Amino acid sequence: MTDADKKRLLREMLFYRRFEDRCFEAYMERKIGGFLHLYSGQEAVATGVLEMAKTGGGDKADYVITGYRDHIHAIKSGTPPREVMAELYGKETGSSRGRGGSMHIFDPTANFMGGYALVGQPFPLAAGLALGAKHKKSGQIAICFLGDGANNQGTFHETMNMASVWNLPVLFVCENNMYAIGTHIDRSTAVRDQYKRVCGYNIKASQHDGMDIEVVMKAAKDAVDYVRNEQKPYFIEFITYRFRGHSMSDAKGYRTKEEEAEWEKRDPINIFKARLIKAGIVTEADIKKMQDEIQHEIETDIIKFAEQSPEPSVAELTKYVLDDNPNPRWIGPLQNKY
Amino acid sequence: MAVLAYWEAIRRAHDEEMANDPLVIAMGEDIGVAGGTYKATSGLYDKYGAERVIDTPISENSYTGIGIGASMVGMRPIIEIMSINFALLALDTIVNAAAKIRYMSGGRVHCPLVIRTPGGTAHQLAAQHSARLARMFMSTSGLRVVTPRGPIDAYGMLKSAVRCNDPVVIIEHERMYNLKEDVPEGEFFRPLEGAEIVRKGEDITLIGYNFSVHLCLEAAQRLEKDGVSAEVLDLRALKPIDRETIRRSIEKTHRVVVAEEDEAPVGVGAEIITGIIEDCFFALDSQPVRIHAADVPVPYNAHLEKAAIPSADDVYQGALKVLGKI
Repeated sequence: MTDADKKRLLREMLFYRRFEDRCFEAYMERKIGGFLHLYSGQEAVATGVLEMAKTGGGDKADYVITGYRDHIHAIKSGTPPREVMAELYGKETGSSRGRGGSMHIFDPTANFMGGYALVGQPFPLAAGLALGAKHKKSGQIAICFLGDGANNQGTFHETMNMASVWNLPVLFVCENNMYAIGTHIDRSTAVRDQYKRVCGYNIKASQHDGMDIEVVMKAAKDAVDYVRNEQKPYFIEFITYRFRGHSMSDAKGYRTKEEEAEWEKRDPINIFKARLIKAGIVTEADIKKMQDEIQHEIETDIIKFAEQSPEPSVAELTKYVLDDNPNPRWIGPLQNKY
Repeated sequence: MAVLAYWEAIRRAHDEEMANDPLVIAMGEDIGVAGGTYKATSGLYDKYGAERVIDTPISENSYTGIGIGASMVGMRPIIEIMSINFALLALDTIVNAAAKIRYMSGGRVHCPLVIRTPGGTAHQLAAQHSARLARMFMSTSGLRVVTPRGPIDAYGMLKSAVRCNDPVVIIEHERMYNLKEDVPEGEFFRPLEGAEIVRKGEDITLIGYNFSVHLCLEAAQRLEKDGVSAEVLDLRALKPIDRETIRRSIEKTHRVVVAEEDEAPVGVGAEIITGIIEDCFFALDSQPVRIHAADVPVPYNAHLEKAAIPSADDVYQGALKVLGKI
């Protein structure tokens, strides 16, 4: 990795942090509705893993799928941030045309196959994306990001079993932030180390620090290469922490200020920033400049686009329920003789 | 023409569609090496191999989800769920995912998959193998639900379902797999929408779907002996419902019986009769009647089971009531 790459990755993470903070502000202004789950604190995981994947869409790029904390996974996959923000604003120009919202960012042009609000549901969908890729011999893999809480769903066990039996090229990325909504992992789950749970399915697995992007990238590269070359699943666990609540309605009453302060010392952006400054790759002034540019881009392009975009038309309320241009040969109607 | 059983018609449709398009795959419990519980996929494993005729573990929700994921990237999976009771385990992936992905992605991701499942009572299979959940699927936006009554529709609707870009639930019936019909030998497609008048009549309309069409046909024959000309209408599709054909029939006959094998509450009959009231209330000459199962879990005992589910005689008696003859 070149110094320029490192600088770019730092800028990306700074951008993701500011993007999510700006979502928070827009939510408080009631510009964004529904549920809003922010990614702050976990940036090194999506950034580092997807840096090692083939992104950008097309028939060679890997498929990415996740839960409802999905803004940053979509953006790192290649979805324009302004389309994500417009989606949060419920606008027609949003990545899901305003029909999905924060929890359902979709962008098939970036091979970002969606955010899903049923915990654990993406496990089988991801295995299906991998089955499709394997069938078409496209060299693509599927990458499924989910939290530790999802591993207590039946779909986790069912899908690990089938992914293993059928040798599906899928990378399961477990972002273990130790809380399933507001319940600590020790109170909900028999083992804290999630990578140990897949040994019963004969799937290769490992656990790594999720707050250090360089550790994430090194581990992810090995895992991605394994999945692509061996055409087998891999389960990779990153220990991380979300700095905000589960969603906007979360007062974080289930964890202590001391615990939060300890984890904030391990802020993935600060860790990487300090390392790059020490190595002479960036200066404080460079970072200040980056932040100013990010602020400018978010306000003058992304927010402006979201604010100024049109609402979906009520006349199109039922569009997209079924195929809007079905072939009458398959659909009908049937011609009755009265 | 060739006489085909319902299961043979389904197998033929699978075979043709798999030969036509390498992206068509079949998935389900025991469908491959074992050939399928109802033989509907027999011989396909040998012909197309383990990668296209996939024997799944007993994990309905996740293998359905895997089929959905595959459909999102261009595959055309035909998923068999051995009994509709087991489809309850897969409601998360069917209802929360397959039915909603197109809409919540703003039309950008499609799920062109087919789910085949038998939904009905057979012979003393008791409460956990006798569910009829058509009403649950027909209430879900984003799905198509069809109910082929015989081999011609079983063949032609499966072929259409494979090619259609929507998720399609095909509800079959355990007591129909051996039902035989003359099926044209050349390839044909049957539309996924539209009710069909399967017997013309003037005095009363008997509406059925899936197995209950046959109860209506039997009742119509008895009514004919009484001098009553009954029209029999097969709904064919429960989602969307062809209200136009229903209305035109009622405007002719002015009387209606709706026969369903399911329990009545919030059911097919309730939906159809509501539609009739909304569309052609003043065409009715008497109150509509629903023929349906008793509101109980299906009992094991043969006498109790018989009492719990509707028969052709029930449809006949219902018609007499509508006609004011009892």
